[in-house]
Amino acid sequence: MTVTVELNSRKVTRNIEPDMLLIDFVRAEGCYSVKRGCETSNCGLCTVFLDGLPVLSCSVLAARADNRKVTTLEGLLEEAKEFGAFLADEGAEQCGFCNPGFLMNAIALFREKPEPTEQEIREYLAGNLCRCSGYEGQLRAILKFLEWKKERGHK
Amino acid sequence: MNLRTVNKPVRKIDAMQLVTGQPVYTDDIAPRDCLIIKLLRSPYANAWIREIDTSRAKATPGVWDVYTWEDVRQDGRRFTCAGQTYPEPSPYDRLLLDRHMRYVGDVAAIVAGETERAVDLAIKKIRVAYEVSEPLLDFRQAKDNRILVHPEDNWETLAAVGADNLRNLCAHDESAEGDIEKTLKESDIVLDRVYHTKACQQTMMETFRTFCTIDTYGRLHVVSSTQIVFHCRRILANALHIPKSMIRVSKPRIGGGFGAKQTVIAELYPAFVTWKTKKPSKLILSREESMTASTPRHEMEMHVRIGASKDGEIQGIDLYTLSNTGAYGEHGPTTVGLSGHKSIPLYGKAKAYRFVSDVVYTNVMSAGAYRGYGATQGIFAVESAVNELAEMLGIDPILLREKNMVRQGQKMPAYYGLMNTSCALDRCLAKVKEMIKWDEKYPVRFVGNGKVRSVGISMAMQSSGIPGVDVGSATLKVNDEGFYTLLIGAADMGTGCDTILAQIAAEALECPMENITVFGADTDASPYDSGSYASSTTYVTGKAVEQCARELRERIVALGAKILDVPAEAAFFDGREVIFDDDGERKSISLHRIAAYSMDGNTIALEVTKTNSSPVSPPPFMVGAAEVEIDLQTGEIKVIEFDACVDCGTPVNTNLARVQAEGGILQGIGMALTENITYNGKGKLYENSLMQYKIPSRTDIGHIHVAFENSYEESGPFGAKSIGEVVINTPPAAIADAVFHATGKRFYELPITPEQIAMSQI
Repeated sequence: MTVTVELNSRKVTRNIEPDMLLIDFVRAEGCYSVKRGCETSNCGLCTVFLDGLPVLSCSVLAARADNRKVTTLEGLLEEAKEFGAFLADEGAEQCGFCNPGFLMNAIALFREKPEPTEQEIREYLAGNLCRCSGYEGQLRAILKFLEWKKERGHK
Repeated sequence: MNLRTVNKPVRKIDAMQLVTGQPVYTDDIAPRDCLIIKLLRSPYANAWIREIDTSRAKATPGVWDVYTWEDVRQDGRRFTCAGQTYPEPSPYDRLLLDRHMRYVGDVAAIVAGETERAVDLAIKKIRVAYEVSEPLLDFRQAKDNRILVHPEDNWETLAAVGADNLRNLCAHDESAEGDIEKTLKESDIVLDRVYHTKACQQTMMETFRTFCTIDTYGRLHVVSSTQIVFHCRRILANALHIPKSMIRVSKPRIGGGFGAKQTVIAELYPAFVTWKTKKPSKLILSREESMTASTPRHEMEMHVRIGASKDGEIQGIDLYTLSNTGAYGEHGPTTVGLSGHKSIPLYGKAKAYRFVSDVVYTNVMSAGAYRGYGATQGIFAVESAVNELAEMLGIDPILLREKNMVRQGQKMPAYYGLMNTSCALDRCLAKVKEMIKWDEKYPVRFVGNGKVRSVGISMAMQSSGIPGVDVGSATLKVNDEGFYTLLIGAADMGTGCDTILAQIAAEALECPMENITVFGADTDASPYDSGSYASSTTYVTGKAVEQCARELRERIVALGAKILDVPAEAAFFDGREVIFDDDGERKSISLHRIAAYSMDGNTIALEVTKTNSSPVSPPPFMVGAAEVEIDLQTGEIKVIEFDACVDCGTPVNTNLARVQAEGGILQGIGMALTENITYNGKGKLYENSLMQYKIPSRTDIGHIHVAFENSYEESGPFGAKSIGEVVINTPPAAIADAVFHATGKRFYELPITPEQIAMSQI
């Protein structure tokens, strides 16, 4: 079947198998930030935006993205760098393999709730597993980033 | 010491690449035309392949080939997949494809084809007739059982570890000092308990994966997510029975290892396929395969006897550990040693100790290396016993430890007789007591609504490399404009060793971090390094980097002095210039110019390789305390606070040391509370996905606080010891004791589940 997907603001039309998963579609298009960490929708590594909202690309058929917008971290590089720098300053990126999915969902959180509480941060990102960091460094990065954004906003 | 780069929160040099999702991992850089490999796995725990028909599979369009035991000489030399220094203590008990299936998940066939779809289809078309035997599943019954996991004649052991395949024994060892029986008999009180820990999974986010190509010279190039490029080269040569010179192994970024990637898991099959077909191939293990057919922590049963005087002086510790290595012996003989040699030495006053161990084969997946490497299990047992001893004696567990803990300057008989050269364990204990507000919270408080909060504590130690065995090397060279390249064979698996080793180089060369680029690890280009495991990289390889930098400085001075035409003994290097200053006669030349000169008619190599190995392994120490909240009705338990203090010597990177500690602690919490392993009656593992095998998420934990109390280890680089492993060791015993304080029930097995807690209250 043929699908047309607006992938990171670029229209791509491809002939695909009907059972192709969105994760395999975007990786085949060179969006290697999207990682597979499990097959059971538990880890959050494959998070992408479908029409601006976070979904697990391992659990969405590529066919479902037909005529829709798909965004991966490759399409959000400026935001990724801005927030990612705070993660880097904590050393909380560690192995980095969960970072893209975590950043995608964190960016979704910041868009949806610009001033989340600590509990809201934990709950929103509960589906993003990380085995290296123990989550504390990620939390510090988020809190410092939000503080920085707030200060910048006041200026 | 005035440090400029070491002991600072330097950003990881690969950090921005990682946080922006750049394609730096194995599967991101694999050639697009790789043959896809998948494995047919045995559904039986103990079976022989009577017949295997691959004709229909091979005829599937897009399938390149299918391989079975018939493609591998069954009487050929066996090998081990354990990444260890040769001759490996782990027995040579594997064939690349074996007719005998020894666990549910053992590999029966390799299928290689052009697409995943073709390979999936072909796998379904393989017909196997198995001759099914009764499996050996209970590790307590394994020794001298009539069912033999390795009855074959070509099973082999290279080291004197007490192994005997005809007894299902992978290893046996005994060590002692003093008369333990007499000491226990004369003790006022003897505690006698048995503890059990299970085969927990490392669960790094990136599963096992490898791709292979044939290079310009017809050699096999293996690109793999591995902690051990050099051991991997040897293991693959052993497995394929080809010369080592025909193999090159390199690693890109690694998506987590925790010891899992200290064993060759995925590499065997693409190496075999590419060598046979001369086509690029790759194997990405699924999460299910990573959970069911890899090498998790060794399941252990530990029988502890501790004798003490009435006033709380620990007299002697007797430990027997039974370790389950599963179907193959990877890391079997070595992990078990740590269960005693890194738990018993925590108690320096004991007059006698004895440590006996057996490691047995069974028909479950092989165990392997996982952060802590046996120490985690042993420390759970010994520290739990000490906590219970405190209760029996009516002494605060912290006070009991203050009385008995090992201190700096003491000899540690159970730690290979080595001296405790740097130790702030006492300061760590005092710090944690204050952090958790022990005196307010110990032992338990009712907080209403059927909930209680309680605390528990544990100490821990580990090592810094394998003494007299591990080798770390570094090459440093000066390039144009005076920037340096640091070549290493150690593997950064997310821990940040590329950065840490660059920090050490920058410190010793008095230059900014930006002036150092890092290359590694690649068997063709890196200087030899055992690899990143056994908490060795900072201490062993880090020292090699420091020595290397110091020698390179001498070369820079020699060349600078030659250009300036002054004696080298009278010149020095300040990181920027070589300077000669003799009573007002001052001459200098910049590193920039020296570098240019070094590439123009020069004969002094501005390149140095240093290799380091340490006869000692100074332990890092740690204390951890848990505060848990338990709902006594439902058994629901949550660690609301975990406070820990680490002595890793000088933390080379304060940020990364802290994150290592936080991450290790949460893994330990997972082991204590949620990460369970259970088998059905036929040896099939239930917890085969992240759905069933529950690693902690960020809502499962309150806060983890980590502090540092640093000792200074003279033999380490800038006073550093290790940190990577010790950090996983305190949660199990601390949490188990907190649970006791809350419920009045002692748990001797991990994980401690809500169901068990609730049932204990009925």
